[in-house]
Amino acid sequence: MIHSLFLVNASGDIFLEKHWKSVVSRSVCDYFFEALERATEPENVPPVIPTPHHFLINVLRHRIYFVAVIQSEVPPLFVIEFLHRVVDTFQDYFGVCSEAAIKDNVVVVYELLEEMLDNGFPLATESNILKELIKPPTILRTVVNTITGSTNVGEQLPTGQLSVVPWRRTGVKYTNNEAYFDVVEEIDAIIDKSGSTITAEIQGVIDACVKLTGMPDLTLSFMNPRLLDDVSFHPCVRFKRWEAERILSFIPPDGNFRLLSYHVSSQNLVAIPVYVKHNISFREGSSQGRFELTLGPKQTMGKAVESVLVSSQLPRGVLNANLSPSQGTYTFDPVTKLLSWDVGKINPQKLPSLKGSVSLQTGASKPDENPTINIQFKIQQLAISGLKVNRLDMYGEKYKPFKGIKYMTKAGKFQVRT
Amino acid sequence: MTTMQKLLQLPVNAVNIVKGVQGVTQGQEEALSPVLTPDSGPQNWYSAVQPEELRHLRSGGTGGGGGGGGGEGSEDRSALEEGLNSVQTQPLRHDDLKEMLDSNKDSLKLEAMKRIVAMIARGKNASDLFPAVVKNVACKNIEVKKLVYVYLVRYAEEQQDLALLSISTFQRGLKDPNQLIRASALRVLSSIRVTIIVPIMMLAIKEAASDMSPYVRKTAAHAIPKLHSLDPEQKDQLIEVIEKLLADKTTLVAGSVVMAFEEVCPDRIDLIHKNYRKLCNLLIDVEEWGQVVIINMLTRYARTQFLNPNINESLLEENSEKAFYASDDEEEEDKKAEPATLAKRKPYVMDPDHRLLLRNTKPLLQSRNAAVVMAVAQLYFHLAPKAEVGIIAKALVRLMRSHSEVQYVVLQNVATMSIKRRGMFEPYLKSFYIRSTDPTQIKVLKLEVLTNLANETNISTILREFQTYIKSMDKDFVAASIQAIGRCATNIGEVRDTCLNGLVQLLSNRDELVVAESVVVIKKLLQMQPEQHSDIIKHMAKLIDNIQVPMARASILWLIGEYCEHVPKIAPDVLRKMAKSFTNEEDIVKLQIINLAAKLYLTNSKQSKLLTQYVLNLAKYDQNYDIRDRARFIRQLIVPTDKSGALSKYAKKLFLALKPAPVLESPFKDRDHFQLGSLSHLLNAKAAGYQELPNWPESAPDPSVRNVEIPDWSKCSSRKDRKEKKVEKPFYSDSEGESGPTESADSESDSGSGSASASGSDESGSGSESEESGEETESDEEEEDEEEEKKKRKKLDKTKAKKQAEESAESEQSSSAEDRKRGRKAVKNQKSASESESESESSESEEESEEESEEESESDTNVRKKRTPVLKQPPKQSKKESKKETQEMSLLDLDDYEPAPASASVTPVNFLSSSLVSDLEGLSLTDTILAPTTLAPSGSIKMYELLHRIKGEGLAVEYCFSRQPFSPEPNMVAVQIQFTNNTNSETKNLHIEDPRLQSGMRIREFAEIDVLAAGESVTVVMGIDFCDSTQAANFQLCTHTRKFFVSIQPPVGELMTPAFLTENDFKKEQGKLMGMNEILEKLTLGEKCVNEHVIVERVTATANLSRVPCGSDKECRFAGKTVSSGCLVLVTVTTKEGGGAQLTVNCEKMLIGTMLVKDILQALSQ
Repeated sequence: MIHSLFLVNASGDIFLEKHWKSVVSRSVCDYFFEALERATEPENVPPVIPTPHHFLINVLRHRIYFVAVIQSEVPPLFVIEFLHRVVDTFQDYFGVCSEAAIKDNVVVVYELLEEMLDNGFPLATESNILKELIKPPTILRTVVNTITGSTNVGEQLPTGQLSVVPWRRTGVKYTNNEAYFDVVEEIDAIIDKSGSTITAEIQGVIDACVKLTGMPDLTLSFMNPRLLDDVSFHPCVRFKRWEAERILSFIPPDGNFRLLSYHVSSQNLVAIPVYVKHNISFREGSSQGRFELTLGPKQTMGKAVESVLVSSQLPRGVLNANLSPSQGTYTFDPVTKLLSWDVGKINPQKLPSLKGSVSLQTGASKPDENPTINIQFKIQQLAISGLKVNRLDMYGEKYKPFKGIKYMTKAGKFQVRT
Repeated sequence: MTTMQKLLQLPVNAVNIVKGVQGVTQGQEEALSPVLTPDSGPQNWYSAVQPEELRHLRSGGTGGGGGGGGGEGSEDRSALEEGLNSVQTQPLRHDDLKEMLDSNKDSLKLEAMKRIVAMIARGKNASDLFPAVVKNVACKNIEVKKLVYVYLVRYAEEQQDLALLSISTFQRGLKDPNQLIRASALRVLSSIRVTIIVPIMMLAIKEAASDMSPYVRKTAAHAIPKLHSLDPEQKDQLIEVIEKLLADKTTLVAGSVVMAFEEVCPDRIDLIHKNYRKLCNLLIDVEEWGQVVIINMLTRYARTQFLNPNINESLLEENSEKAFYASDDEEEEDKKAEPATLAKRKPYVMDPDHRLLLRNTKPLLQSRNAAVVMAVAQLYFHLAPKAEVGIIAKALVRLMRSHSEVQYVVLQNVATMSIKRRGMFEPYLKSFYIRSTDPTQIKVLKLEVLTNLANETNISTILREFQTYIKSMDKDFVAASIQAIGRCATNIGEVRDTCLNGLVQLLSNRDELVVAESVVVIKKLLQMQPEQHSDIIKHMAKLIDNIQVPMARASILWLIGEYCEHVPKIAPDVLRKMAKSFTNEEDIVKLQIINLAAKLYLTNSKQSKLLTQYVLNLAKYDQNYDIRDRARFIRQLIVPTDKSGALSKYAKKLFLALKPAPVLESPFKDRDHFQLGSLSHLLNAKAAGYQELPNWPESAPDPSVRNVEIPDWSKCSSRKDRKEKKVEKPFYSDSEGESGPTESADSESDSGSGSASASGSDESGSGSESEESGEETESDEEEEDEEEEKKKRKKLDKTKAKKQAEESAESEQSSSAEDRKRGRKAVKNQKSASESESESESSESEEESEEESEEESESDTNVRKKRTPVLKQPPKQSKKESKKETQEMSLLDLDDYEPAPASASVTPVNFLSSSLVSDLEGLSLTDTILAPTTLAPSGSIKMYELLHRIKGEGLAVEYCFSRQPFSPEPNMVAVQIQFTNNTNSETKNLHIEDPRLQSGMRIREFAEIDVLAAGESVTVVMGIDFCDSTQAANFQLCTHTRKFFVSIQPPVGELMTPAFLTENDFKKEQGKLMGMNEILEKLTLGEKCVNEHVIVERVTATANLSRVPCGSDKECRFAGKTVSSGCLVLVTVTTKEGGGAQLTVNCEKMLIGTMLVKDILQALSQ
């Protein structure tokens, strides 16, 4: 299984290494650096790199490469998924997963890695268990630790690993019992030049933040569960119950977790909440091009479209852009040729637009292709698929918890071809 | 042994010495410390060091806010200084670390360890600190200890001798009462790669493998591959441990042991047989990483044990490659065309175990873990019938939303799958459309999938997509798109011309790369039908002036040479131009120029003779030897000289032969001979340790090897039983002989795996003996009508196997169970003969299993009785005795069973327990306390309503938990149900249907009640295995007219049966269930709980526990076992002055413990 792990930062330095079996020299990473050089873009490094004696499997998250060294056959997804779990754990512990955070907490990181793998095979990856084993650092605790000399390793040995509900520890106590659920949907779409939808899908997740005392048993039911085409669950969800009754029944982990992610497929008609009118043209022989964009809301069920951000990779021949937005601000990076326009909220009465000209390199020929436009936006209090939570019930405990449900729609990979 | 002892003792002594010294100094320090001011300790110490290090220390102690941050911060700073005066500070700093480690302050030690770990993390060598660190292995502070472990595991291999100093600490840890400490000791001990301690590790693993804590057993499983990699010679012993752990029933262990199996002995597939069904059933509850490993292993297993479910289709594929790409209609025709071959095959029936695997893995497609989803997907791809593979597509498409690395791997696999099973991904075509923001490697893979999915109906949309892609800014991707278009064109004849035209248009593209790629693709397309496209060739000939990309130039030249007859005027002119620029061309182009020259010479020697000579001369002096060789070779061939051999006659044939058009096929074709989802598949090369996916067997191996039969001590008498059977035999049917082979196979494998059950091991001697004799007697039968009813037997095996699958969860089976089987088989033989072959398999086996279950329950009562000689129940015994006789005569008579539980329920609970008490009286020390009445208050049985009289339209149903052991299956809870017919007509056919249960739960229904007369009431008993949870069992209660949905939810106290322990046993068991398995709660007793008597009554009313004798009258102890899994439940109530009390519950199942505490609290405080 996983032999060693190297963390490599953006400038190509190995800043952490950890070995679970006998030590593998860090020179094995040279193969990785070679591949890194060969790849034009950072994300183009092949995830699996074979070397004469080892295989390197790497993931790139937060501008850090996590390079795992493998010696024999293992499902690559197994390793990749594990590395992502490591990143998520770091993020959970330190708030951010950055080189600085890892370096600052190198001992905690090491302790975590030690617990997560045994001889290269995952041991404890559930965040609740890990938090019992190794307490996450907080400012208060570090101060206390320095004064009292106490440690951030749990005094009490964890119980969760051994219980029937491995994701929840026992003896959880809160004064305010609350359970919050966020239904977040992302629209992935490709819009044609003419404005027609080529493909559109909705990817949704239900993230939960549950702070309940004891061992609550929750059930969550939907008004329209048929909508969900394909779902994947947190291990706590009872699958049989879902199959039979389309009800989510579970004993929740303590704290934040992703209860469910779902997919509303392209077979269903997906409402597209914004439209783009564009007129981008370059004339042959001229060093100027016209650039016009107008955004407008459509099918938003009366909700406002907020935090709109438009970005577009302009062709290489573009020298500069001279544009004027009717609202928000725009930036153009002449090096990367990336145009981004921070629109903000769309006002249906006065549609935001970005107009002006782009100058091309003199002598450069007209670009073949118009740039694609990527759009990001948010719509609060709306699940675009129409999914609605019917009710949330709690069994097994006596108190009355506070329950909250929030809906949000976001743009995922939302692209307009021009 | 002596060497062993030496090895052991030396380090132990050494550590003791070291510790002794430490202990003394520590003791002194500690004694002094209260006197000292808090600061004075470090103060003393600081004065001892050099000012230089002092600075380090202070910065380490105060900087960066302490904790991990502090350590690292100081590291950075000192690293800087290191740069300044590099040579000197390095050893010095280590000295200060050493001193910190030697100090008696935990905080200093911790600080030092943190810095050392930070050094290790950065890949710095810290090995010279080993002696100083290893001393702290016995440190009390957990964090220091943990960091020392980290250090040890990292450096022990380098400093083997010193590492031995730590061994005794771990050995002590292995004996700790706390399971977590035992586990962690084993973990570190096995991680230290020191060959000299191999025997110690072996011993520790063996011991831990039979530890009572599943967590420790899991750790043992983890340790197995570690030891194996350290010393492969231990393999045989390790396999024994693996075998033992494979039989483990907890989900915690399953994943880890399969992992060990895969690393140590993946070829020992025979070890899996007995555990196959258990693994399938446990799978959903195993943690996600274990699931991946188990599923991959089971895929391999299934490939060796079951028949190919697509056997008929694969036959077609072999015969006509076309069937594969053709539409379904054509396939149909093929089927008709070859009725002969199909008829020869017997109809395929899936092995129920095969089905079990497919059914139990399916829900895991919903896992959040991509690796699990992929594992299930590959399992379905390799094992499922064609029609069922489709379900994985949706889940795989979902994974594509994940991180790009996941996407990359998934797409690779989808690409392979989409070749074989195109239809499966067709509905998701649009999900593979490419976004400009995708990384190039993802784009290329998506393109691959899109190309594989292209067919006549969707090609137009796909081509339209491709057109967008060609305009992309990512040139590699554009090149891949052009190739994809080419592939579509070759695969789909209808669009060939469209594609060709499109590609020709691309020739006028400004981007050279695009043009070059198009040329290469066009070349391949033209080769298919050159005659029609001479104008395209002409067009391309013109391009040669502009295109600079060597590959494209070479392609054009080859094309002109090959089809020079179609363009007789242009070809010599091109050669002329090329001859001119020959010296400046790339090698690949030069070779094609020579080629062109040779071909022209042969077809049109008049115009090109001189040019050819010129080119050949140029080539003769080229720098590249390939080109020189080629030139010489060709000259000899084409230019006729005196010396030229016979070959020159055939020059034309050699050069102008008709060349087959290239087949543009996917690089993913045939990659599926690698197990999908594996590293080897991804790399398309075998990785080390890759286990080949075996081909399907021609005929299925014996499925009965998977039957689980754990030797039971009632087996001792099996010899006698068998004799009896012999006598009985003629009584049944003539086809009895066929049960021989399967049965002998059972017993063989049974005796083979003696360690399958630890409890049975002491009986193995006598057991195997009797089995041998059984085999002997049966071997003659085996030879008889073996041929005769082959088909029938197969079917029987299957149904038998299925039944076993249902039973695999239970551990109890015995020779009398075999007895029963024999009887049933006879029954079934008659039945199956009458059954038509066409009857669907599933319904049939269901029917049969129902029937079986009832039969089983009868004979199991016998088993039960035999097995429990300790719990003597004189009245019942005799009753059953007589019953047994009647039963044996009429095994077929199902209704016979019914009165038994009914009669038993007349006298609920106490008679069993009272008889038990009388038995126990002899055993316990303080028996006087135990009065039968206190044990089981008879009036306490609470009736619950299952169906109200009004709702049930006159039928009232009530149930209670009779607290009787449910004899047919001891790990079920007996539920006594009373039906009362309040109507004035009779109710018929009362029975249960359609139970909806949580996973793992099972129901044993009561026998159908034929008639319930008006005003009558009847009581039956059914068994429910609640799996030790308080989940309700839902089912339908059916009469001849109506169905009612009802559910039974057990209070936690009913999920247990009394267990009888002595005071000492109780204390011992309680000691093992400390820590998180213990729940303490204080309470104030209710007003009525004045004396012990009431407390006992209350507790036993709440939970089905038995009183454990106790010396103190302040304490009441109770013990029980959970019905389903047999976990001990220990309850202690300690009364205090003034109405207070303390309740302690010890139970391995914490959920049960918690709920029980709540219930008892409530009962006691009323």
